[in-house]
Amino acid sequence: MRFLITLLMALCPAAFATAAGIEVPVIYLKQQEQQPPTLSNLDPQPADLGETGARLGLADNRTTGSFLGHSYSLETVAVPPGGDFAAAARAALARSALLILDAPKPALLAAAALPEAQEALLFNTASPDTGLRSGDCRRNLLHTLPSDLMRSDALMQFALSKRWTGLALITGKNPQDQAFAGALRQSAAKFGLEIAAERTWDYGADMRRNAAQEVPLMSQGLGRHDLLLVADELQDFARYLPYNTWLPRPVAGSEGLVPAAWAPVVEQWGAAQLQSRFQELAGRKMLARDYAAWAAVRSIGEAVTRTGSADAGVLRRYLLSDAFELAGFKGRPLSYRSWNGQLRQPIPLATPRALAAQAPLPGFLHQHSELDTLGLDAPESRCGAFQ
Amino acid sequence: MTFAAKSLAALALSALLAPAPPLGAAEIWVTNEKDDTISVIDIATLEVVRTIATGERPRGITFSKDFSRVYVCASDSDTVQVLDAATGKILHDLPSGEDPEQFVLHPNDRHLYIANEDDAVTTVVDTETRKVVAQINVGIEPEGMAVSPDGRIAITTSETTNMAHWIDTQTQQLFANTLVDARPRHAEFTAGGSALWVSSEIGGTITVFDTATQAETGKITFDVKGVHPDRVQPVGFAFTEDEQTAFVALGPSNHVAVVNAETLEVEDYILVGRRVWHIAFSPDKSLLFTTNGVSGDVTVIDTAKRQALKSIKVGRFPWGAALRP
Repeated sequence: MRFLITLLMALCPAAFATAAGIEVPVIYLKQQEQQPPTLSNLDPQPADLGETGARLGLADNRTTGSFLGHSYSLETVAVPPGGDFAAAARAALARSALLILDAPKPALLAAAALPEAQEALLFNTASPDTGLRSGDCRRNLLHTLPSDLMRSDALMQFALSKRWTGLALITGKNPQDQAFAGALRQSAAKFGLEIAAERTWDYGADMRRNAAQEVPLMSQGLGRHDLLLVADELQDFARYLPYNTWLPRPVAGSEGLVPAAWAPVVEQWGAAQLQSRFQELAGRKMLARDYAAWAAVRSIGEAVTRTGSADAGVLRRYLLSDAFELAGFKGRPLSYRSWNGQLRQPIPLATPRALAAQAPLPGFLHQHSELDTLGLDAPESRCGAFQ
Repeated sequence: MTFAAKSLAALALSALLAPAPPLGAAEIWVTNEKDDTISVIDIATLEVVRTIATGERPRGITFSKDFSRVYVCASDSDTVQVLDAATGKILHDLPSGEDPEQFVLHPNDRHLYIANEDDAVTTVVDTETRKVVAQINVGIEPEGMAVSPDGRIAITTSETTNMAHWIDTQTQQLFANTLVDARPRHAEFTAGGSALWVSSEIGGTITVFDTATQAETGKITFDVKGVHPDRVQPVGFAFTEDEQTAFVALGPSNHVAVVNAETLEVEDYILVGRRVWHIAFSPDKSLLFTTNGVSGDVTVIDTAKRQALKSIKVGRFPWGAALRP
């Protein structure tokens, strides 16, 4: 056997040149949450949301690894609702310094603050909180999910390019809705658009008719607008807005034209292959958080491939360097922002049936990368942990 | 002089200078990915003279060595179709493995090396017995295919694994795997087979390897004025007869680069149609034809002047191009 290996190595040096037998264990740590009820049960959140994206990334990494002698593994740890996420993170860090975190902001911050996590590499694949990319950033925490602000900037670029300058906004009452609405307001101001009227969707116990009947009346009071924005991140009521509004107006935001990291209708740039690999693995369509988890695991794989190391510090340095490029099926290379650890990426603007556009839109220029017209650019981010 | 007049003059000139086309003039065959057709361009008139129906999503296209048959990857039909080049009739299908995207015909005129994009496999098919000779596991989304002039080495590049896989055609086994930049798309041997070039679409580079050692010997980078580097995405490329010059299609930058194959420096950029993908030469290599996926046309380039002469409308999403002399 040894003779055979020696012979193989002699015959094909390049094939084994970097084969150092590296082990790359990755742990997917998930905070399970109770989902609040929604008006429609048509599209329940998949139980494996995110996690299956990570598994697809693992499969991709393993193929590359098989040619290089790098072996990847992925273990999933689920913390039940109300469970101790930080304790689970501490236990996971004892086994691997590479964690994918599928959890809300407080849990992410608790994990990132652990002494055991200081030299680790953590990926946020679930929280779009803009603060995590600004004043609440952590040097050991990278983000593959776009922030709320990246999504809202993408939408406002689209609205502006269409000259839809008059906007109205309907917002739900969940904190996620409020956060996305805040991002929409900030982006509207950034691109010189005006949100002239706003309403809060607050039809709890008082609602006497169904949602479709409430919408005309509610939207009648919004006055003149070109585009109706909706912030309903838990997909509660927004599906009843299109075609029920008082004025015939397109709907965008959480419903209608949706800016997201990924959508099942993305098919250009080789994306059809990624979609079909995911469909085969999961038996369902690939969603934004699946994409974010895939991108995190693939980032690890790409960095291990190029550096020949599984050390979290080495990988972090490489990921934040100019050398790192991830082919993310969105038409241009993805990389990490060196000032806050956010994965720089185009944002698809999708309807349920087609990709309408992809931001950055033509004409939105930047001195370094047009991708940095989306979300917090270096001068705007108050993150100091990456300096 | 207007551009059109200039083009006409250049065309007339090139028609005068070019050797008279033989009877049954040379043709460029272009696969239209979203039309399930092949557009056949007459090189003498620069017009589409025939449109041939194919299976679903035709991409890779190549001729048998005597140009009597044409092989077409009908990707979504999961087959390689064999057509009579004179009549355009489909003769039969070859077992190709799932989702064949691109292939290369071995110098023995018998073995097709086929990249199965959805399957992470390279399939070797004997075109005479119509049997699969071998299936070789490669990286994810194999696409670029090449074979050395002596026929001893076949190459598959894999888009997501970012490697060139080196296949020993005697044993049909991998003997080396070399990393390249992100999303490798196309491979070609050059310099008499002593060098291998691999283009990386997302990486924006061409990596040059020494065939004997599989060691990287150089890298070509591109810089198109007024186009962000992210959008400069090299895909298909081809060499002039003397192998001194390469023409490289640069995808959504809508340019073709002219590269000095010795110094690896880019000498020129030529503006063509939108999302330029693959290219093919006329028999004397005085003209170059580029498939422009998004604009649905083919740009004709005068290779001596390094200028675009004409756009020819073809089907939807032209992908591959091959010469029938």
